[in-house]
Amino acid sequence: MRRFFRIATAALAASFAMSACGQATTTVTPGPVKLTYFTFSAAPDHLNDLNTIIAAFHQKYPNITIDVQTASFNDYFTKLQTAIAGGTAPDTFELNYENFVSYSSAGSLLNLSGQASKDSGFQASVYYPRAYSVFQANSKQYGLPETFSDVLLFYNKDLFDAGGVSYPSPDWTWPDELTAAQKLTNTSKGVWGDFQPIQFFEFYKVLAQDGGQFLSADKKHATFNDAAGVDAATWLVSKVGKVMPTDAQLGSQNDEALFKAGKLAMWHAGIWEFASMKSAPFKWDIQLEPGKVTKAHHFFSNAVVASSKTAHPTEAWQWLRFLTSSSNAVKVRLDSSWELPAVADQSLFSSYLSQTPPANRAAVFKALDNIVVPPVIEQESQLQDIVSKSLAKAKLGQETVKQALDEAAGKVDALL
Amino acid sequence: MVGQSAGRRALTATAFLAPSLTPLLLFTLGPMAASLVISLLRWDLLRPPQWKGLGNYAVLVADPDFHAAVGHTVFFILGYLPLAFIGGLAIALALNQKLGGLSIFRTIYFLPVVTSWVVVAFMWKWLLNPSSGIVNYALTLVGIHGPGWWTDPAWSMPSVILASAWKDLGFVMVILLAGLQAIPDDYYEAAAVDGAGRWARFWHITLPLLSPASFFVVVISLINSFQVFDQIWVMTGGGPVDSTSVIVLQIVQNAFSYGRVGYASAMSWVLFAAILVITLVQLQLQRRWVTYA
Repeated sequence: MRRFFRIATAALAASFAMSACGQATTTVTPGPVKLTYFTFSAAPDHLNDLNTIIAAFHQKYPNITIDVQTASFNDYFTKLQTAIAGGTAPDTFELNYENFVSYSSAGSLLNLSGQASKDSGFQASVYYPRAYSVFQANSKQYGLPETFSDVLLFYNKDLFDAGGVSYPSPDWTWPDELTAAQKLTNTSKGVWGDFQPIQFFEFYKVLAQDGGQFLSADKKHATFNDAAGVDAATWLVSKVGKVMPTDAQLGSQNDEALFKAGKLAMWHAGIWEFASMKSAPFKWDIQLEPGKVTKAHHFFSNAVVASSKTAHPTEAWQWLRFLTSSSNAVKVRLDSSWELPAVADQSLFSSYLSQTPPANRAAVFKALDNIVVPPVIEQESQLQDIVSKSLAKAKLGQETVKQALDEAAGKVDALL
Repeated sequence: MVGQSAGRRALTATAFLAPSLTPLLLFTLGPMAASLVISLLRWDLLRPPQWKGLGNYAVLVADPDFHAAVGHTVFFILGYLPLAFIGGLAIALALNQKLGGLSIFRTIYFLPVVTSWVVVAFMWKWLLNPSSGIVNYALTLVGIHGPGWWTDPAWSMPSVILASAWKDLGFVMVILLAGLQAIPDDYYEAAAVDGAGRWARFWHITLPLLSPASFFVVVISLINSFQVFDQIWVMTGGGPVDSTSVIVLQIVQNAFSYGRVGYASAMSWVLFAAILVITLVQLQLQRRWVTYA
C-alpha cells in the first residue's frame, strides 16, 4: 500500500498544484528581483564555486538576487517535472541535451532569441558554435550552452610498457585496439585489455564510427538495425569475456575502480574522470578514440534555460548569459575543475591544458573535430532503455545481435 | 433535546476522529481519487493533460511489458511466500521452547525486519556477488561453481526472493510465535494422554489453532509482495534484461522516467484492484481452513 500511496500522493499534489497554473504574470517588476535557479551540476561539490559566480553577478546586477535550489542528477528531473506541472517552475534551470527536446517541444522554455536581440552587448560567437546550435528548436534559441564534455580512450601506460605494446595513436582503428587489448589481457592476473560500456550511449557512437545512422533522416524510422548497426553492436559485445570482463567477472567493482586499480589497460571514459584519476598510482594518458570507417566522439552538453512562465524574462536572460559566458564564470569553472565552459575562445583554456595528468589534454578539444550528438526524440528515456536492454540481451547471448536490434528497432518505430 | 444531543455526539465523534481522518483524506484517499482521474488522462507533467478515457487501460491489456511484469511479480510471490512462511514457522516453533535466553534470539531474528531495505539489499548484493561474494566463495569450498546471482537473468529473481524471505522471516516468526503461545498447554497434555505423538500433535493441534495467525501472515505478506519494489530497485534495478521488472517498478518508470503519468496511474489501479480481489477471495476462503478456537 505504502508505495502505491506514495505515487498516488505525488499525483494528487501535482494535480492540486495544477489548478494553480496560469497565475504567473509577465509584468516586469521594477526594483529588486529574486530569481530561482535549479541545478544538478553544483551540488554537493561545487556549491561554493556557484556562490562565487553568484556574488560576481550580484555585484554587476545589484537588483537581482539568485535563490539556488539543488538536486542530485537522479532526482533532478522528477522534481523539475513536478514543479513545472505544479506551476512552480524555477525561473532558470539546467537541462542536459538529451532532455532538452522534451522540454522545448512541450513549451516549457522561454524563447531566448527575443532577449538576445534586445541585448546589444551579446555575441553568440562567444560560445562554441556546435554547443550553441544544438539548443535551438524551430530556429529559436531556447538554451545557452553552459558546459561540455566528451569521451576519450584512457590508457594505463605502465601496462602498455610492461606488455611491450606501443601506445594508442590518433590514427588507431578498432582492429588496432583489439590487437593491443588481446596482448594486454591477462585473466590469471585479473588484468583486462579493454572496457567499453555496452549501452545506448556507446552504441550510437560506435554506430557513427562505423558509418551508420541511428534514425532515418526524417526521424520516422529506426535504422540502427542495418548492416552497420549489427557490425557496431557486434564490436561491442564480442569483446566481453575475451578482452573485457563480463558482469559476473566484474562483480560489484565498476569499470572506474578496475582502471583505478591498475587492472585495465584501455578504458572508454569521459573527461569528467580526470579528477578522480589524479591520484592513480600509475602513469596514464588519453588518446582520441579509435574509429572504423570514420572517427566519431561523444559530445555531451548542459545548457541553462529559463521557464516560459518566468515573471522576469529580462533578468533571467542576464543571469543565464553571465552564468555561461562571463569571464568570472569561465574562470571559476576552469580553476575548480568543474565542467568545461562551452566557450569558443581556446586561449581561455590554457590553464586547463597545462595541467597533468593526462598530458595529452589537447585531445579533449581535438575530439571536437568529429562529434556525434545523441539521437534525441521526445520519448528519450524510453528510447535509451529499449536500446540498452537489447544490447544486454545480445551481450548475454539470449538473442543474436541481429535479433536483438530488430526487436529494438520495432519498439523504437512505435515511439516515433 | 434528543436531536441536539445526537448532533453534539456526532460533533464530538468528528472532533475525536479529525486528527487521524484529516491526514487520511488529505494524503491517502484524496490522492487515490486523484490518481483514478489521472488514469483516464494522457499526461507527461509538462503539457496540459488530455482526456483519454479508458485508453490507458486498453493499452495496458495489450502491453507485453506489463504482462511480463505480472509474470515476474507472480514468480516472486510463488518463491517468496512459501519460503518466508515455512522458514518463519520453523523459527517460531524453535523459539517457542521453554528455555532461557530465547528472547535474545527473538530479537536477533526480528532485527532484519526493522532494518532499512536499502541496507539489507546492499548487504545481500555483496553476499551474492558472483565474483567476490562470500556465498559463492563458500560454494567453491564444497566444489560448486556458484551462479551469477544478480548478473544472470535466470538467477536474479531467486536472489531477490532469498533476500526478501530472509528479511521477513522475523516478521512471520513474531506473529506465529504469538499464535503459538496462545495455544493452551491443556490440549497438548490431553492429546499426549490419548497417545498422540509429536507429529500428530503438531498436525492436529498446532496447525489448526495457529490458522488465524497464519491467515493474517498470508494476507499481509501477499499484499506486500504484490507491491515488491525497494529490494529490486537496489539489488537489480529491474535487470538484468528486465528479469526482475515487477509491476511497481514499471509504475515508477512510466511515471517518472517515461513521462506517462496517466498510464502509470492506470497500472496502479489495476494492481490495487487485483490486490483487493485476491484479499476478498482469501477472506471468503478462510472459512474453510481458519479455526478460531
